[in-house]
Amino acid sequence: MRLTGAVPNFLVFAALIAVAVIADLTGNPYIVTLATKVAIFGLAGVGLNLALGYGGLVSFGHAAFFGLGGYVAAILASHAASGAPVVTFPFTMMGTNEMLAIWPFAILVAGFAALVIGALSLRTTGVYFIMVTLAFAQMLYYFAISWPTYGGEDGLSFYVRNTFSGANTFAPLQFFGICAAVLGITMILVALLTQSRFGLALRAAKENETRVIASGIKPFAIRLTAFVLSGMVAGLAGALFADLNRFVSPAMLSWHMSGEIMIFVILGGVGRLAGPVAGAAVFIALEYLLGPVSDHWQALLGLMLILIVLFAPKGLMGLALGRRGHV
Amino acid sequence: MSEPILVLSHLSKSFGALQATDDVSLDLRPGEIHALIGPNGAGKSTLIKQIAGEIRPDSGSVTFEGQAIDDLGPADRARLGLARSFQVSSVVPGFTVLQNVMLAVQGASGASFRFFRPALSDRNLTAPALFHIQQSGLEGRAAVKAADLAHGERRRLEIAMALAMRPRAFLLDEPMAGMGTEGARDLTAILEELKVEAPILLVEHDMDAVFALADRISVLVYGRVIATGTVDEIRANPEVRRSYLGEEA
Repeated sequence: MRLTGAVPNFLVFAALIAVAVIADLTGNPYIVTLATKVAIFGLAGVGLNLALGYGGLVSFGHAAFFGLGGYVAAILASHAASGAPVVTFPFTMMGTNEMLAIWPFAILVAGFAALVIGALSLRTTGVYFIMVTLAFAQMLYYFAISWPTYGGEDGLSFYVRNTFSGANTFAPLQFFGICAAVLGITMILVALLTQSRFGLALRAAKENETRVIASGIKPFAIRLTAFVLSGMVAGLAGALFADLNRFVSPAMLSWHMSGEIMIFVILGGVGRLAGPVAGAAVFIALEYLLGPVSDHWQALLGLMLILIVLFAPKGLMGLALGRRGHV
Repeated sequence: MSEPILVLSHLSKSFGALQATDDVSLDLRPGEIHALIGPNGAGKSTLIKQIAGEIRPDSGSVTFEGQAIDDLGPADRARLGLARSFQVSSVVPGFTVLQNVMLAVQGASGASFRFFRPALSDRNLTAPALFHIQQSGLEGRAAVKAADLAHGERRRLEIAMALAMRPRAFLLDEPMAGMGTEGARDLTAILEELKVEAPILLVEHDMDAVFALADRISVLVYGRVIATGTVDEIRANPEVRRSYLGEEA
């Protein structure tokens, strides 16, 4: 049963790899870049899904973590380029352009932000939780706009993609490979997590908080942990997104971004492991195919979302799988 | 041995002008079923919630196994072994019977922060869970989703979850509510077995069941305990007859 549950998730992941490899072989590097974007947005969605899908925590502020991860990557990279230290007090820290050094920072900063934001916002529920998470993300957005050191409104560019030892990150397929590997590993970890004792408590708290408490488990601690892990994954995705564009801007922190990440999850399938990846793929495919036709392609996306929410609440993956398999 | 497990002393709680609990003192002794009866609105559920820690009394104190637990929240009280069932079935509908009981085993174990090992292959969870499922008469139903259970089976599932808490005392809030005659009779037999595990504070409307099961009965009217005693004493008590039993005659 666990195997049949895993197969659709694996198929989504395999399809993404196939598209990138075929596009590279047929000389379509732009498609490889789109597949990379799917992997990165999918990763952010997998992160949000941990809170939203499995924990029932409708965060409308995940752009905060995504953007923070991006800014950490860009700031470290720009300091590596300029040679100026990032901080000199209380210790001297230099920039770096090594992805393996950047990622832990991005994850830690996003995780810390999620700890602070989660500890405050998880005291509320429902629409208040949505609004509080949104408010925190917007605070960071306006902070980024008004902080001239790192570009303010104009954003921050770095001209050389960060490096990953043993790979040429400028070759589109190789950078895709890095992003896809991060996505794959994260999906495996999330799959384990949701089936673990922790996952059992998290999913139970979503369905019946009273029962979880009566079982001697405190939902707050469980949810805060899920929220922090969720923010960490989004932060890692943000760092990769910064590298994809070699540019970050406050837009990464804006509520549009939070909304997009949420759309990936809802479109693909809430609480389904590969759902956000499928959702991101459909989103980016629509943008690619319809964007040139009309600037109003998002109207069609909106229509699709409405239909999905009304008629297929389990998302596109739920639709494709019918009533079978849930994980 | 006769040291009470649970002691309520002078609990009071009011909601605005409504005195829901009025200076209630009672205790639960090892090996007994202590039934709490009273007309609708007498404050039985409010009292259970104060014992479970879901609402705080305005004054008075709850002592559990010699320890004042007034400052503990409901999750901590549950961990100490105060196992509760609800008036309206409260299970995790999307979970199977097995997963529901595993959740209770996990709660009692205090180890929820384990992230990698699949819970379903954790024998420390599944083995006790399956045992309690069988104990509650749900054998063969472990893989069924709680949402698909019949009403009586969901009641049994709650009992299984309470058992899995390694309880030192049960708080059962109308376990027979909505069950047919036969179901109530089955459940009566199960409660007799539960009592061996730990004493039961039982809120119940089914008078036949209460008189058959209870060792002691307390009668709650308008938030006050008007009488506590054995079944015979309560049956014979004129005030009880007038204010409560009389209603049904």
